[in-house]
Amino acid sequence: MTMTTKPIKAPSRFQRFSDSFLWYSFKRDRTAQLCLAVFICLVVAAFAAPLIAPTDPYDLRQIDILASELPPFWIDGTDERYILGTDAQGRDLWSIVLYGTRVSLLIGFGAVILQALLGVTFGLMAGYLGGRVDAFFMRLADIQLSFSTLMVAIVVGAVVKATMGSSFYSQYAVLMLVLIIGLAEWPQYARTVRASVLAEKNKEYVDAARVMGLRSKRIMFRHVLPNTLSPIFVISTVQIANAIISEAALSFLGLGMPETHPSLGSLIKAGFDYIQSGSWWITLIPGAVLVVLVLSINLLGDWLRDVMNPRLYKG
Amino acid sequence: MALLEVSQLDVRFALRQGEVKAIRDVSFTLERGERLGIVGESGAGKSVAAFSLLNLIAKPGFIAGGSITFEGQTLNTMSERGLRKIRGNRISMIFQDPMMTLNPVLSIGEQMVECLKAHRRISSKEARAIALDKLRQVQIPSPEKRLDQYPHELSGGMRQRIIIAIALLLDPDIIIADEPTTALDVTIQAEIMALLLDLCEQHNVGLILITHDLGVVSQVTQRMLVMYAGRVIEQGPTREIINDPQHPYTQGLINALPQMATPGEKLNQIRGSMPSLSNLPSGCAFHPRCDFIKRADGQTRPVCIEQVPGFVQAGNCQAACHMVAELMEDRRLKEESQ
Amino acid sequence: MIAFLIKRLMHAVLVMFVISVLAFAIQDNLGDPIQQMVGQSVPESEREALRERLGLNDSFMVQYVRFAKNAVQGDFGYSYFYREPALSVIARHLPATLELVFAATLIIVIFSVPIGVYSAIKPRSIISRFFMGVSIIGISIPVFLTAIVLIQIFAIGITVSIFPESTGWGAWLNGLFSTQGNMPSFGRGYDLVHVVGHWDTNLASWNGLKHLVLPAISLASIMLPLFIRLIRAEMMEVLQTEYVKYARAKGISMRRVYFVHALKNTMLPVITVGGVQIGTMVAYTILTETVFQWPGMGLMFLDAINRADIPLIVSYLMIVGVIFVVTNTIVDLIYGYVNPTVKLTGKPA
Repeated sequence: MTMTTKPIKAPSRFQRFSDSFLWYSFKRDRTAQLCLAVFICLVVAAFAAPLIAPTDPYDLRQIDILASELPPFWIDGTDERYILGTDAQGRDLWSIVLYGTRVSLLIGFGAVILQALLGVTFGLMAGYLGGRVDAFFMRLADIQLSFSTLMVAIVVGAVVKATMGSSFYSQYAVLMLVLIIGLAEWPQYARTVRASVLAEKNKEYVDAARVMGLRSKRIMFRHVLPNTLSPIFVISTVQIANAIISEAALSFLGLGMPETHPSLGSLIKAGFDYIQSGSWWITLIPGAVLVVLVLSINLLGDWLRDVMNPRLYKG
Repeated sequence: MALLEVSQLDVRFALRQGEVKAIRDVSFTLERGERLGIVGESGAGKSVAAFSLLNLIAKPGFIAGGSITFEGQTLNTMSERGLRKIRGNRISMIFQDPMMTLNPVLSIGEQMVECLKAHRRISSKEARAIALDKLRQVQIPSPEKRLDQYPHELSGGMRQRIIIAIALLLDPDIIIADEPTTALDVTIQAEIMALLLDLCEQHNVGLILITHDLGVVSQVTQRMLVMYAGRVIEQGPTREIINDPQHPYTQGLINALPQMATPGEKLNQIRGSMPSLSNLPSGCAFHPRCDFIKRADGQTRPVCIEQVPGFVQAGNCQAACHMVAELMEDRRLKEESQ
Repeated sequence: MIAFLIKRLMHAVLVMFVISVLAFAIQDNLGDPIQQMVGQSVPESEREALRERLGLNDSFMVQYVRFAKNAVQGDFGYSYFYREPALSVIARHLPATLELVFAATLIIVIFSVPIGVYSAIKPRSIISRFFMGVSIIGISIPVFLTAIVLIQIFAIGITVSIFPESTGWGAWLNGLFSTQGNMPSFGRGYDLVHVVGHWDTNLASWNGLKHLVLPAISLASIMLPLFIRLIRAEMMEVLQTEYVKYARAKGISMRRVYFVHALKNTMLPVITVGGVQIGTMVAYTILTETVFQWPGMGLMFLDAINRADIPLIVSYLMIVGVIFVVTNTIVDLIYGYVNPTVKLTGKPA
């Protein structure tokens, strides 16, 4: 109707975002705002750890072994140098938790990027090419999922550790964990992507692209993939939370980060030995940070799912 | 007093953007054994009207005003418990899509027996016998076998027969059929409709038939309502409305039938489309699509845009249209002057 | 039905084949049985002879076939650490794990269905919102952390003294939030009742049950919220369907609408997911058993990893594979029983 009066200007990216339902519902949702704030704080604090942390927990010279197992500030008998107390080795808990969060986040994000790369590629191939390729990847995904991703991660971790030896494994632990968790969880992405590819595949624009003579690789990545983005986006939040928990679980079992270079999981494991002697903070403070981190991601994921409401793969 | 009396029914949906008035000021009556058609395009509020009779509209919808009286009892203020005794028992329903209506995980027999047992104190055996009898009445081949089958094992036509059998299970006074044949193959539609009509006549059951198919309405019903944008715009004996529609919208509907077109020429259609209920035009909701909005002298009738038309009597029919009102007035004046 | 079973069986064989190849590959690459059998002092020539005699120089295929043949007959080799057949080591540890899984499953089933259904029927009520809030927190706490927190609260005990002890209400509140911590948190207890074979049960004595409580709650803690949320979501979807509306129009009671019409359809996807989650549950037993030193298969497996007890690791994988395949088949059978559309086609509709 207004076409005759003035030419329509394509809205800028920012304008499109600020007009979107996503932004609208974010403005109205207190929980989502709080969660994003908490999450950003944690990420910033974790990656700024070398700047914020009073001590460098990786530097053995800064550790005062005599000051071990000191409680946090609100309990009597604290040393005011250590706000959150110290762990069994006398490391400042506040510093080590910051560094540990950084390790956990690094592994979580790394693993999810790997999962997404593998899963999206396989899922696109399975969904778009169909036939044998589809059967192969989906069977593989079925078997791997029926074995449960955590189980796969534990087994792979155990085998790799046994083959390479503990010291080698510890040295490359971050890389190993990213690989293990990435390899263990790709089926989630593959299934989601495949499901939405199958839904998109028969739509007219794909036919049109094919009629125009586009190559199938191009159709897949330029035409089909963008339409599967919103489910990928939604499951990514859950997957990051899962990857962080998986990492913590592996570390807790001794298949993850070494204690000299701990993640939140290995801090919890290290502290667990001292819980019986009453030093609960060594294990529960990193535990609380882990829970807050994962909870904020999960709540954001819940909110995203409600807003975007994609058709997710069930079962 | 009529068996069912609906007066000034007002149904709204409380949505985030505000209240939407799905049905406004709908009134009609149904006598025992009478067959009434409710006609309109999709979105006119026919189904909402049907569901609101038994207070079955899902949230966020609610009945905001008016009354529904069945045998002297007011249904819209009745408790769930009281309504439950009427639903499926005195007034039963037939839904649109038989593929979606039956529960996929319960056998046909179970879905019939539970309905009987909800309303009568009888044994399962007796209930099965009644169910079997009704299945015979709807002319299902090998009815004994059907009781133990599941919905997915039956065709759409067969399922709709079963749903008709369920509707008749407790010998109700009224059946409300919401587009009972729309989802079926064209070849089966007539068969199912004939069956329904036949059974209603046989058992002297009142029928409220909701449809967009004027042909079906003219064959089956005695009286009809035409709905547009949540209001009744014309009502009266079916034959009279079909033969001599008063309201421009009804005229448009009938002209749009393929039978009414001249071979080789375009079908007559009503221009434009029905307005969204959340954004109705002022005055007569039909005015933006109406060809009669201009008077003979070329002037637009302002009243059409400003005022919601009330019913005027035209023969045995009533139409809610300013143009008809004017015509009637002219005719009356002419008669008076003669 | 027969087609369905055959399909299931083929799937099971495929899964077991993949697992066995992987397991064998692990054994082949990691374990040097000669090293374990003879000492360092034995000369290389003798080792070579032994290797030849044991068939370790045969091709991968030949060795795998021999391995698979033995495995089918229940021979998984000797555990390096226990110096007895790996299978009997597992048999000794299996009942503890099964009882733990059973107890956790019981908790999950008893709580997830009513809570999930209630919060689907009344999604806006305060109780539903409370459960939804708690469940998302539950999902966000790793199993081992739940276990640790439970130990801190119920086994070690917490003393709260933030309220003024001198006032009556302060003391009362301090007492309310403090716990004694006398629950056992270590092992299976002393009072196991022997049932049959390797099976001593925790379920038949007070002391045994007390030992089971904290591990079982921990193991259930991550699945329970998952299932509550799943049941709620599925049920809410089912409640929107035409057949539920139609059931109401028939005038049957709401109880029947909810618990027969809606719940049965809700449970179909829940059963499928349940089958997948059993696998996850086994993985979580490793964590739970580690925290509580519960002498089951999970703890045994972790110990085997730390001791590089390859035959035991391999046997564990094979046995877990069998458990998965069997439970998945049972789950599929239950699914087929509940869902009438399965029987005809052999495939869920």
